[in-house]
Amino acid sequence: MPVDVRIPTMLRAHTGGAATVTVEGATVRDVLEQLVAAHPALAGQIVTPEGGLHRFVNVYLNDDDIRYLDKLDTKVGEGDTVSILPAVAGGS
Amino acid sequence: MLRISAGAHAEMVAHCWSGLPLEACGLLAGTGDDATRCYPTRNVAESAVVYTVDPKGFLLADRDAEASGLTILGVFHSHTHTAAYPSPTDVAQAPDPGWHYVLVSLADQAPAVRSYRIVEGNITEEPVVLVQ
Repeated sequence: MPVDVRIPTMLRAHTGGAATVTVEGATVRDVLEQLVAAHPALAGQIVTPEGGLHRFVNVYLNDDDIRYLDKLDTKVGEGDTVSILPAVAGGS
Repeated sequence: MLRISAGAHAEMVAHCWSGLPLEACGLLAGTGDDATRCYPTRNVAESAVVYTVDPKGFLLADRDAEASGLTILGVFHSHTHTAAYPSPTDVAQAPDPGWHYVLVSLADQAPAVRSYRIVEGNITEEPVVLVQ
């Protein structure tokens, strides 16, 4: 089913400038795989080669961090929005 | 150059003061190089030496900015006892080469606000212009 994926500004160079990409999928993992299939330059930017979520990226399903749901196996439904956000951190 | 509205600037500095003794952080939104809105966020690291922008706060800020026709164009955080210059940690973890990285130093009585571009580990300071 179609799901909107929000792309952070730092990755929009890889989506032709698109802020939102609509792809099909039943889980967050499906959705991210379809996103990379549509925009191959995103490969390795969100999911690691080992199949886990990249530590410098947060992924939300609607209002919830998928790390506190079923991670990449979290189910998605029509009308859901998956948001990819860079982890923003630093220190003095 | 970063142009920042007086309102966003005041809110940013106030958020940094109110975060003491911990580091405070937040996001700036606007268009181009004009920051017109400040989104204070929680420092989920709850530390005096490091910060992590609350991801949920980032999500809500991004959503609100987009609804207003704005984009997130930078991040700010305070240095409570050191100068307003990016630390090695700041540089290593800078996520977006297009962003403005704003430092608010509270080391002296008057807060010092400086802005930087961080591209592939290279730090370049840029002028900060206050817009009324």
